[in-house]
Amino acid sequence: MIRLTAITRTFHMGDQTVYALNNINLHIASGEYVSIMGPSGSGKSTLLNIIGLLDKSDSGSYELDNRLISDLSETEQAQIRREKIGFVFQSFHLVSRLTAAENIELPLILGGIPATQRQIRVNEALQAFELKQRANHRPSELSGGQRQRVAIARATIMQPSVILADEPTGNLDHQIGAEVMLLLEKLHRSGTTLIVVTHDRELGARAHRQIAMRDGKILTDQSHDAD
Amino acid sequence: MTLTDTLQVSFKTVLSYRIRSLLIILSMALGVAAVVMLTALGDGARNYVINQFSSIGTNLLVVLPGRAETAGAFPGAILGQTPRDLTLKDAQLLGRLPQIRRYAPLNVGAAELSAATRLREVTVLGSNANLIPIRHMKLAQGSFLAHGAEHSAQIVLGAKIANEFFPRSQAIGQRVRLGDRRFLVSGVLAPQGESMGFNTDEIVIIPIDYAQAMFNTTSLFRILVEAKSHDEIESAKQAILTIMKQSHDGEEDITVITQDAILATFDRILHTMTLAGAGIVSISLIVASILVMNVMLVAVTQRTAEIGLLKAIGATSADIRRLFLAEVVWLSLAGAIFGLLLGQFGSLMLRLAYPQFPAWAPVWASIAGIFVTVITGILACLWPASQAARLDAVKALSKK
Repeated sequence: MIRLTAITRTFHMGDQTVYALNNINLHIASGEYVSIMGPSGSGKSTLLNIIGLLDKSDSGSYELDNRLISDLSETEQAQIRREKIGFVFQSFHLVSRLTAAENIELPLILGGIPATQRQIRVNEALQAFELKQRANHRPSELSGGQRQRVAIARATIMQPSVILADEPTGNLDHQIGAEVMLLLEKLHRSGTTLIVVTHDRELGARAHRQIAMRDGKILTDQSHDAD
Repeated sequence: MTLTDTLQVSFKTVLSYRIRSLLIILSMALGVAAVVMLTALGDGARNYVINQFSSIGTNLLVVLPGRAETAGAFPGAILGQTPRDLTLKDAQLLGRLPQIRRYAPLNVGAAELSAATRLREVTVLGSNANLIPIRHMKLAQGSFLAHGAEHSAQIVLGAKIANEFFPRSQAIGQRVRLGDRRFLVSGVLAPQGESMGFNTDEIVIIPIDYAQAMFNTTSLFRILVEAKSHDEIESAKQAILTIMKQSHDGEEDITVITQDAILATFDRILHTMTLAGAGIVSISLIVASILVMNVMLVAVTQRTAEIGLLKAIGATSADIRRLFLAEVVWLSLAGAIFGLLLGQFGSLMLRLAYPQFPAWAPVWASIAGIFVTVITGILACLWPASQAARLDAVKALSKK
């Protein structure tokens, strides 16, 4: 479902051209669990942003569900982000003045879903992520693990086919991080494609397919069978 | 994103940045309040002048000696060139015109009034019985030149004068001395206060022939004329000019001022001043809108990460632009309404402090105030909103 062909992405720093991605070819099938690992500056986050339609490549083509992304308008791309992609960030990116429930509700609002339906779906999500008690708390009143659970609930409320997680445990301690990973893996088991960017080897090793990157290139791409 | 949701989300945002919102609302409200109060003042002044002018008479024409039209203000009076005088005969001629209901010749002077042990200087009006109704004066008691007593030496006292001279007793029937003549008090004016800078409470009125004898003149200061109806004012004016020209050997040497013309002029001047004042005060709205622009630019910077997030979860650029614009619509609407209330309250205070001054803000000013505020608010936010909409999602998200 995700097919990257000869993707290149450059940045200009002063008069120097830096290749964040250098001729990347990658195919990720529906329902895979992929980890992308590499040191900082290896281009793994850029790759994730391009897959998530937040960034555009300078050259190469990207097909998502057999549609060429470069053919789509800005509005259509926004719609794909809304309906097919769920982002989970290292720093959670919750809106601080909204409650947990309101944060989870945001994608539904953007999707123009009627308020009554939103209410039901948000309640279900709060239940599923054990956030019922915290529904009316603001992010500042939540623990790190709870915040990431809110973020994951928000990422999944539109039932996307892909979840893109950029260092999802980077701001959490080991145990809470493990719990969050279990949560993400549970979503994967229910059929969602899961792509995790991390520089934590242990975390990366949990994925069924591990991609290692350096200097904008894919170093290795190994798969092992699901446990 | 639906319009209702956009409005709801931005309303919540406005509420959550409480102090910032209050300050913007206050700045806009002050601008609107200033516009409302200034137009209330301007319109109040206009109505005040109109009321004052209306109170001196209805369908009034004033005939005065000398020509004022060609060379500006009363050249004869200023340069000492004596035009032909207006006389009582002229006044009687005017009285025969069909367009005219009544007329009052007028002489004005000053003389000493004394009675018993009291003495003071007073303004003396010499006229006929018509002066009272033409000038909308009211007699509290008695009469002036009633039928059968047209030529007797009688005097009407202003309310204050009567009170000063006869504080404890009935003024009517008393004898007073004005100059070197004795008069019988036949009436007392009802207190009216000042109108057009002329305090009717401190005047006395005597018959015109006595006044002319007292001031040793045969000419008149003015002739006040009341036309039969509003429609006949203009034809009365022409008729007066014609008949006076005939009477003055073909020379057009009088000036006729109509109350209407003066009213219209004042109305125009004060209306223009109100508009100009409103225009000047609207600058404060522009200042407020620059403040809005500044605050919204800061808001975009502050909320960069949030904008990035909204894009990541599927907001279009248009969604984001609309969210910011809706926020400003709320702010300016609140500012305009609050300002309107503030302005109305200020006008009310003005009316309470100066009851004779009708400081009501005109409706157009209130409506324009709201529209101008909302529109300048939106205009001021266009740039910040498009800045927000254009933010690069990746860069925005990397900002903490």
